[in-house]
Amino acid sequence: MRSDRPPFILTAGAIGGLLFLHLPILLIFLYAFTTEEKSYQFPPPGLTTEWFGVAWNRADIWPPLWLSVKVATIASCLALILGTLCAAAMARARFFGRDTISLLVILPIALPGIITGMSLRSAFAVADIPFSMWTIMLGHATFCIVIVYNNAVARFRRLGSSMLEASADLGANAFQTFRFVILPNLGTALLAGGMLAFALSFDEVIVTTFTAGTGNAAKTLPIWMLDELVRPRQRPVTNVVAIVVFMATFLPILAAYYLTSGAEETAGGGK
Amino acid sequence: MIPAVEFRSVSRHFGAVKAVDKVDLTIEEGSFFAMLGPSGSGKTTCLRLISGFESPTAGEIRIFGEASGAVPPNRRNVNTVFQDYALFPHMNVRDNVAYGLMVKGVGRSARHAKAEEMLALVHLDGFGERKPAQLSGGQRQRVALARALVNEPKVLLLDEPLGALDLKLREAMQDELKSLQQRLGITFVFVTHDQGEALSMADRVAVFADGRVAQVGTPAEIYEQPANRFVADFVGCSNVLPPDQTQRFGGPARWASLRPEAIRLDPGQGGTVRGRVTGLRYLGAATRVVLDCGGHELAAQIPAGAAVPAVGEEVGLGWQVQSLHLMEKE
Amino acid sequence: MMPASSQPTPAREIAERLTALFWKRPGILLALLLAPPLLWLGVVYVGSLIALLWQSFYSIDPFSGVVVREFTLKTYGELLLPQNYDIILRTVTMAAAVTLASAVLAFPIAFYAARFAKGRWKAVFYLGVMLPLWSSYLVKVYAWKLILAKEGIVTWAANGIGAGSLLDAVLSIPVIGGNSLSTSFIGTFTVFVYVWLPYMILPMQASLERVPKSMLEASADLGAGGLRTLWSVTLPLALPGIIAGSIFTFSLTLGDYIIPQIIGNSANFIGMAVYSLQGTAGNIPLAAAFAVIPILIMLVYLAIARRLGAFDAL
Repeated sequence: MRSDRPPFILTAGAIGGLLFLHLPILLIFLYAFTTEEKSYQFPPPGLTTEWFGVAWNRADIWPPLWLSVKVATIASCLALILGTLCAAAMARARFFGRDTISLLVILPIALPGIITGMSLRSAFAVADIPFSMWTIMLGHATFCIVIVYNNAVARFRRLGSSMLEASADLGANAFQTFRFVILPNLGTALLAGGMLAFALSFDEVIVTTFTAGTGNAAKTLPIWMLDELVRPRQRPVTNVVAIVVFMATFLPILAAYYLTSGAEETAGGGK
Repeated sequence: MIPAVEFRSVSRHFGAVKAVDKVDLTIEEGSFFAMLGPSGSGKTTCLRLISGFESPTAGEIRIFGEASGAVPPNRRNVNTVFQDYALFPHMNVRDNVAYGLMVKGVGRSARHAKAEEMLALVHLDGFGERKPAQLSGGQRQRVALARALVNEPKVLLLDEPLGALDLKLREAMQDELKSLQQRLGITFVFVTHDQGEALSMADRVAVFADGRVAQVGTPAEIYEQPANRFVADFVGCSNVLPPDQTQRFGGPARWASLRPEAIRLDPGQGGTVRGRVTGLRYLGAATRVVLDCGGHELAAQIPAGAAVPAVGEEVGLGWQVQSLHLMEKE
Repeated sequence: MMPASSQPTPAREIAERLTALFWKRPGILLALLLAPPLLWLGVVYVGSLIALLWQSFYSIDPFSGVVVREFTLKTYGELLLPQNYDIILRTVTMAAAVTLASAVLAFPIAFYAARFAKGRWKAVFYLGVMLPLWSSYLVKVYAWKLILAKEGIVTWAANGIGAGSLLDAVLSIPVIGGNSLSTSFIGTFTVFVYVWLPYMILPMQASLERVPKSMLEASADLGAGGLRTLWSVTLPLALPGIIAGSIFTFSLTLGDYIIPQIIGNSANFIGMAVYSLQGTAGNIPLAAAFAVIPILIMLVYLAIARRLGAFDAL
């Protein structure tokens, strides 16, 4: 095989594969403008922008949206703190049980969502904890830790130890070193990690269905969407919401990519 | 006078590895002190023991007479120029230099003025706004130096500071460091594996081997009167003679060293000992001649311009009696 | 040794003391850093996993429907009932098929990105895989609901090129066919492959990038044709990455319940069984026992993957 020119079949396979990955999502956008609300008829019989207004005025969309924003914000903040602490410890020292800890951090995302979900569900049942926004948040923060951890630990490794020693050498105490040296160097990695965690939490549905209970008060936007998928009402409105959900995950991911693209490690490699 | 730094039987063991083992050292105030040795000999660990990044597993380090065992690095009046400079990449040069003052709570304008003063000292006036990434290796080294000096330390520690520079720059910086030290009168403790650097810059040199100090002395003492064969060999590639050879060469039955440049070669029939030339190495300012003297290999050095014998030729070797340096131990 | 030049405030004094403490006893700092994340993961996550196992050894009273809090293996025994055993078999078969198809589809993309894409195109390929990986799972599933619907784009396109009868023929195949694509196993399978494909591409690409170019050239030099090099040099070297990717596709398919619920013929999968048992049926012990199955399967899978050296490619 000549190494400079790919054979046609390979190029076709690669481009076909990328199209396969991207084209379906474009349909979501198209169907948000269709005039047909009872079926997914293609091509759409007509185009309209009325569904954006309808979605805006639907009272049942706003509470799930706010709940999702709240859960994602709190969960990613918690994950930021816990993930950064863990990364700081793991980057600093070799100690007994290191591998166990890194396994423990990865496990919530490595195991299928239903296991994490069902485990939390069992724990709530055993401990008689009622479902609430906090039970959702508990699950989300758990699987978001690894996202922040992965971003932070790579940056810590790059920071090395001599910069921290230089700071102490020049008279800084541990807290000054954290504020003036560690935090500024960690900044973009943490921002990227936080955004990815937000995107992951905002979109999560499997674990959430196990930790949210059935009440309307605990309905996140993805759960609202799931309900609409099972029992559709105004289908194009679901598309409008899907666009919102897509944007709420797409933009942070793009931002995280650009925040870390200058560095050797790039965010998102380990979802 | 109270010594600037004093090691009292200091050990630093990492498990079974004795990085530093029962070291006694006295570094006088105002001196330019070099710690010389191959990698893994314990010299860098000794430096880190002074700065506080390592703690001794036994013994005590005194800095200006005070025991340092309970003083963390940020409270020691000692500053370090790191081997990789460890400049803060997110700060410009001025903020890097002013860092030590900032964490002490010195006001903005005062610390900036002081930083500019330090930058002028290392000939980097006007570089304050740049980021470390925009500087050359030599410039970064100067920033690291200015940053370490801003706190006016009583002892400045330098960890292989010239290791990353190319030869020309290294020689210029050697002169500059030396004159800076004389001007400021601060005690410099300097770690290097380059014996030329240690001999040319330091007032006193400690030669390290396997976590212990093999010899401490002035550069001349180290070079001319090595205490043992390790020092003789490491500092300037001396010929080391075991007792039987020393006897053959006209001395007592003791270990001895003989500098290559002290050996005269005589193409005629004379000389104390005779040898056959087995190899030649052209060094520019001199030529190194390797000789086989009855089964024992010796190196001689003849200056440029003098006649060079051919390989295979038999020559006579001569030296002055005082050049044969007898050593205390092996 | 030297006092700070500004007057020490109480806060500063505490900071200095703590700094000295952390320096003297680095273990304390390490413990302080590790305690919050370990407590969280230990209590919330490991605690939950233990609760899951615990529940799976309980049983449910068949008459009152109340959970009997006594240790028993009865619930695990129920997994062997034909209807439950079927679910497990169906899920594992689906996971294997999805993994195989993902590997085949991923290979050209990963190989092209690793060997031929340069500069700008490298970034395009990277983002081109990364964005679908991270973008909303539910939106992706929903997109396929639109595509596979009876009146949707696939039917339209098939009729447009005159292949409508072919589509009908495919749908009339027993077991994998159905009323429409969105209510058939073909549909479920397609969406699974679509959603998990990026998880296969990334590790595969990473391991292909580690294959030295010179090795491929050496093979070509020795007279091996393109396909032969691919088969006997590239593929074996990329195998750790393929296995690493298969860990994701296999595990994610095993545990998913949204996709078969929305697109498929309502045949049960492990995930769906877990969800409905813990919810409407209220049979938490059996749901827990079902959830243990993917864990066991993945443990076996990981043990095999480890022996094949896939962990270096993760």
